[in-house]
Amino acid sequence: MNIDLTAEELAFRDEVRQFLAEKYPEDIRRKRIEGIPLEKDDMVRWQKVLNEQGWFAVNWPVEYGGTGWTPIQKYLFAIELAEVNAPPIVAFGVKMVAPIIYTFGNEEQKQRFLPDILASNVWWCQGYSEPGSGSDLASLSMRADRDGDHYIVNGTKTWTTLGQYADWIFCLVRTSSDVARRQEGISFLLIDMTTPGVSVNPIITIEGDHEVNEVHFDNVSVPVENLVGEEGKGWTYGKVLLQHERTNIAGVANSQYRLARLKEKCAQSVHGGEPLINDRNFARKIAALEIELKALEYTELRTLASVAVGNAPGPESSFLKIRGTEIQQSLDALMMEAAGYFALPYVPNQYDFDFPVEDRIGYGSETATSLRYFNNRKASIYGGSNEIQKNIIAKHVLGL
Amino acid sequence: MLADSVSRFIDADYDFERRQKFAASDSGYSESMWQTFAELGWTAVPFAESDGGLDGGPIELMLMMEQFGRGLVVEPYLANIVLAGGILRRIADDAQKARWMQPLIEGELQATLAFAEPQNRFDVANVMTTARKDGECYLLNGKKSFVLNGDRAGLIIVPARTSGDQRDEAGISLFAVPGDTDGLSRQGYATVDGLRAAELALNDVRVTAECLLGQEDDGFATLASVVDEATLAVSAEAMGIMQKMHDKTVEYTKSRVQFGVPISSFQALQHRMVDTLMLCEQSRSLLYWSVMLADAADPQAKKAISALKYQVGTAGAKVAQEAVQLHGGMGVTWDLDIAHYFKRITAIDLMFGNSDHHLDRFIASEA
Repeated sequence: MNIDLTAEELAFRDEVRQFLAEKYPEDIRRKRIEGIPLEKDDMVRWQKVLNEQGWFAVNWPVEYGGTGWTPIQKYLFAIELAEVNAPPIVAFGVKMVAPIIYTFGNEEQKQRFLPDILASNVWWCQGYSEPGSGSDLASLSMRADRDGDHYIVNGTKTWTTLGQYADWIFCLVRTSSDVARRQEGISFLLIDMTTPGVSVNPIITIEGDHEVNEVHFDNVSVPVENLVGEEGKGWTYGKVLLQHERTNIAGVANSQYRLARLKEKCAQSVHGGEPLINDRNFARKIAALEIELKALEYTELRTLASVAVGNAPGPESSFLKIRGTEIQQSLDALMMEAAGYFALPYVPNQYDFDFPVEDRIGYGSETATSLRYFNNRKASIYGGSNEIQKNIIAKHVLGL
Repeated sequence: MLADSVSRFIDADYDFERRQKFAASDSGYSESMWQTFAELGWTAVPFAESDGGLDGGPIELMLMMEQFGRGLVVEPYLANIVLAGGILRRIADDAQKARWMQPLIEGELQATLAFAEPQNRFDVANVMTTARKDGECYLLNGKKSFVLNGDRAGLIIVPARTSGDQRDEAGISLFAVPGDTDGLSRQGYATVDGLRAAELALNDVRVTAECLLGQEDDGFATLASVVDEATLAVSAEAMGIMQKMHDKTVEYTKSRVQFGVPISSFQALQHRMVDTLMLCEQSRSLLYWSVMLADAADPQAKKAISALKYQVGTAGAKVAQEAVQLHGGMGVTWDLDIAHYFKRITAIDLMFGNSDHHLDRFIASEA
């Protein structure tokens, strides 16, 4: 970072550094460095550590437990978390459903749901995509039919990330088909996953992990008080949420961390071989990516500056999503290329491998590079595919 | 003829579900399928008629490997026939042929070539494993990485240094090491693309002089020639994968409806599929060109193979990424074959030198 920080901002950064040095759990740090998948308990534990410090719900209004930080403070915080390779926050509760609840929900809903999200006591997942409704989300067909003081819900949600851990799911559901625009028949409904009729089926992804699910709803009875805001306004609420999702998605700080690790690794002799940085082809590819990332860093800062003077994050979040995910994927490819043959052993959990440490295949998580590369092709597909983001920019920025 | 019969076999007897079952088994492939390959004569294709082979050359190899790519075949044809068989048919003497090559052709012996070491990245001349003369025997010491089929091979061909410095082409000798030799330890593993490989450690592995293949110190030219042929083979395999991914993607976009129309009707997607078509066709042209040169034993063949490997590496990555992207979330699920084609073509780019490596070699061969 080359922008001038104030004395207060520098002090803030030091405070964050000190906190991380003292409170970031060592076992989680080691798993992250060696590319070992985190378990549910690891993620919850880390979020609780952040919350005890009051630094978990970074973006929430102060009255609900937020930090009240400036955009620059939030930015510095993200950089420092990335510097220690901290696990990403599980976004579905704190970053996704919570803003909808405190913006559009009623008092009772705020009191009922927000404290447990803040304390990471309840795990949320997202029910947006359906098997027939991906990019064309507004075509969704999961029905919620009013029956007295309940809705009866039938349908299927898919790509439900970490839904196997979830206690609650927030869904876009169709409450009416009798509308001029199909978006107008969509409502935002909160559903307890333990309700009879809810079932979760795993979808195994390309690298062999269980990360996403299909969630089926068979005559699930949901109390009307779980409707957020007005019936038929769910699409409008959901769109606000998607813009948040897209700015979160850029991942600049995390890409900077990974680029730095790649450069370190390439400067060394690995397995007794020639340092890869001596290969001009490879050095050029790293440099080109670093330049692109630097540009994105300042694009994001310009967006933050604009938000800081009162503008809402708008279609420019699509820009951050597209370039951010492209850069992540290019980094994935370069890391795998750097690992060479050592990217190819299939070692999902390196601790399962019974071999002396100095000979452990993929020691230093080289084997994880290919799995990450395969898995992260999802980044240009989820959160509204990059093609959909370009449609949004064409329509709302270029006015075409 | 050969291409048709392999193609028909893949269509009739090697569907994706079976492939997944073979890949998930302990051996990582189907032993009975391997026996079928032998009965059909496929394991005999590149060997001389006088050795009981079918006298096939680069053209036959290309035709078969492209079909194997299309079917995502996991049986170790590359390790056994192209790599180990390639060394044996070039330099084995009659006794060595009888001992190892005949059973290999008949499907009774599993074999491989240990072309990689931890430090050598893609440079096969960079050999630290040593072979020291000890009376009538040789003592082998060192490490070999990413040995395809290495966890089960009954014969491992090991390049080892009998003289010279770490990167010298001269001074490399090729040894046929029986899999049960004392001092040889292996760490087998599955690979991300559904195959099997191993890390090998050789600690005072003692082999007799009958295990030296060809002349002492003089193995590099044979090794390089076999690795070039293997590069051609995996490039043909990549061609089969690329074509399949492109074709399946075009079909999928015609059936996937969003916004009330098939997504194939969107011009933005049409243009991308036109691009992947052109990438496939350009790759195919280079494949045919390099196979013709290799078949004619043309001195330009090495350069052509580098051009081809560069092309299938870059074009293959692009075609594969687009196929996944246009399949949407489905493209990154284990249950869909697209994901497994993607993993295999990605692994191929990292084998025998990636695109950068072969671009450099192409430039070097201009001189």
